[in-house]
Amino acid sequence: MALGVKSRRVLARLLQAVPTIFGILVVCFLLTRALPGDPAAYFAGDMADEASIEQVRKNLGLDQPMPMQFVTYVGDLLQGDLGVAISTGQTVAQELAKRLPASLELTLAALLLSLVIAIPLGVLAATRPNSWVDHLCRFLVTAGVSLPTFFTGLALLYVFYYLLGWAPPPMGRLDMMFLAPETVTGFYTIDSLIAGDWALFKASLAQMALPVITLALFTLAPIARMTRAAMLQTLASDYVRTARAAGLSSRRVLIDYAFRNALLPVVTTLGMVFSFVLGANVLVEKVFAWPGIGSFAVEALVVSDYAAVQGFVLSMALLFVSLNLLIDLIYTLIDPRVSEEE
Amino acid sequence: MASSLATPEASTAAPAREGYWQHLRYIMAENPLTGISFAMFIGLIIMALFGPYLVPFDPVATGAGPALMPPSPAHWFGTDHLGRDVFSRVVVATRLDLMISVSAVALSFVFGSVIGSLSGYFGGWTDRIAGRLMDTIMAFPLFVLAMGIVAAAGNSVENIVYATAIINLPFYARMARAEVSIRRNAGFVQAARLSGNSELRVLFGHIFPNTLPPIMVQISLNMGWAILNAAGLSFIGLGVQPPTPEWGIMVAEGANFIISGEWWLVVFPGMALMLAVFTFNLIGDGLRDLVDPQRRT
Repeated sequence: MALGVKSRRVLARLLQAVPTIFGILVVCFLLTRALPGDPAAYFAGDMADEASIEQVRKNLGLDQPMPMQFVTYVGDLLQGDLGVAISTGQTVAQELAKRLPASLELTLAALLLSLVIAIPLGVLAATRPNSWVDHLCRFLVTAGVSLPTFFTGLALLYVFYYLLGWAPPPMGRLDMMFLAPETVTGFYTIDSLIAGDWALFKASLAQMALPVITLALFTLAPIARMTRAAMLQTLASDYVRTARAAGLSSRRVLIDYAFRNALLPVVTTLGMVFSFVLGANVLVEKVFAWPGIGSFAVEALVVSDYAAVQGFVLSMALLFVSLNLLIDLIYTLIDPRVSEEE
Repeated sequence: MASSLATPEASTAAPAREGYWQHLRYIMAENPLTGISFAMFIGLIIMALFGPYLVPFDPVATGAGPALMPPSPAHWFGTDHLGRDVFSRVVVATRLDLMISVSAVALSFVFGSVIGSLSGYFGGWTDRIAGRLMDTIMAFPLFVLAMGIVAAAGNSVENIVYATAIINLPFYARMARAEVSIRRNAGFVQAARLSGNSELRVLFGHIFPNTLPPIMVQISLNMGWAILNAAGLSFIGLGVQPPTPEWGIMVAEGANFIISGEWWLVVFPGMALMLAVFTFNLIGDGLRDLVDPQRRT
């Protein structure tokens, strides 16, 4: 009785994540064991003879039965051990931690931008069907799902860098003239504001603009589409009709009655949007030479650095699970039906 | 018995069919884009089938013209850094791009709908295990999982197909499961069961064909996504290897020249990719209007 309805739901949702994470660990483990050829021979190197391959096999625990290997694998992970990246000689965990802020800054900024544009756009399109806003919304939605992210990025680059010269060259997070701000959050824009350096803030924002717009154009489509559909549905519902009949102001009907209810399916689609945005992030990072975990993985793929790629897949999956978890918790908190039960 | 059941059905089937064609005409007239998309679809098929015989230059031959020439009457889409004709490469690439996505979608359709049908029909443990399996796939950002699979299984075109098929599997499984489980105890199913059909025969002979229309819509909408996904994988250097013409890899090669202003290397393969995806999305929307008028947006 001590726990309210909401806290109980939050707890239940947290518990639900446990089997999901277990599933992710199993798949990642199977991927490490599905390497082409013999992993022991691979890690021993080209010059290894039979005896040293056996030695490596023993060291890596590959002579153990599969379940035992899995336990060792999870044990290593719990200590933050993802192996060593061959290309740089540092541990994969260090490499990923170093690059994660760059990817997060890009992804979160893009999500924020697309939410800020897509939700009002969807609401306006639903309240004014067949107006120019509706057509614009439909156009953006169709273009957003048909355009490959890497192509949008390159097209923007051509127009805004080559033709107009507004954007800086696609060379990572900062122009060479600037030094990175002191690390607090790892996000250059926020860190430069904390340091009070306006020029630096502007420079990092300029570098971010095109990649963020590229990603946002891609994620805008599903959000706007869902907002429009959900708003159309709630606007046609009985309770909105009743609220209108009761003489409430149209603003009140739109925001308190229609929009708050339409928000719930939109929040649910965000899960799918996260999946898209984390994938598209890899492509955008490659186009703009953005030094995040995506371009790290692409470089590792080229030189067949398996430990690095697997560390990347695992950390992306965990990031995805935590984003989904966060969204579900927010959903529980904003769901008006839950608070009524209390 | 069988004939007396069949007669009323046959008599209602004829007007229903006529209504179907009327509906098709209505949808074509209502939304001209659907008609255009069918025309573009036929264009894509022709390019895929006959592309290599229609193009003016050998798509892999270097020195078909001077290197990095902008579009001209001789080379409609210009030439790349090795002097290859971009137009020929874009046209010839259609076959490979469509092959990858069609085989991936076909694989995930077959396996996904079998898994989904079984779990929707039998429920219980079959359903729980299949559901867990699909949830585990969906727990990954899908493009990232595809990267991981190709990296682990080896960098080849077949593995691109398998990876794309695996990440699409849950969509088909979920859809087939939902469509089968609502029909599990329908009247016609009980009749089929009573006439002594085996469980599997009831499932795949009687229920499954009825789930096909919504799944067809899904296939069409999914094709575009599969094309984007495969092109994305080859853009980051997985699967298709140069000099094979493929849209994703052509954009990747052209990306190095975009900051010096050679736009045609990126724009034409990118546009081809966009048009293909656009076509399948529009056809999917058109099919949905045809199959399920209530869900029109």
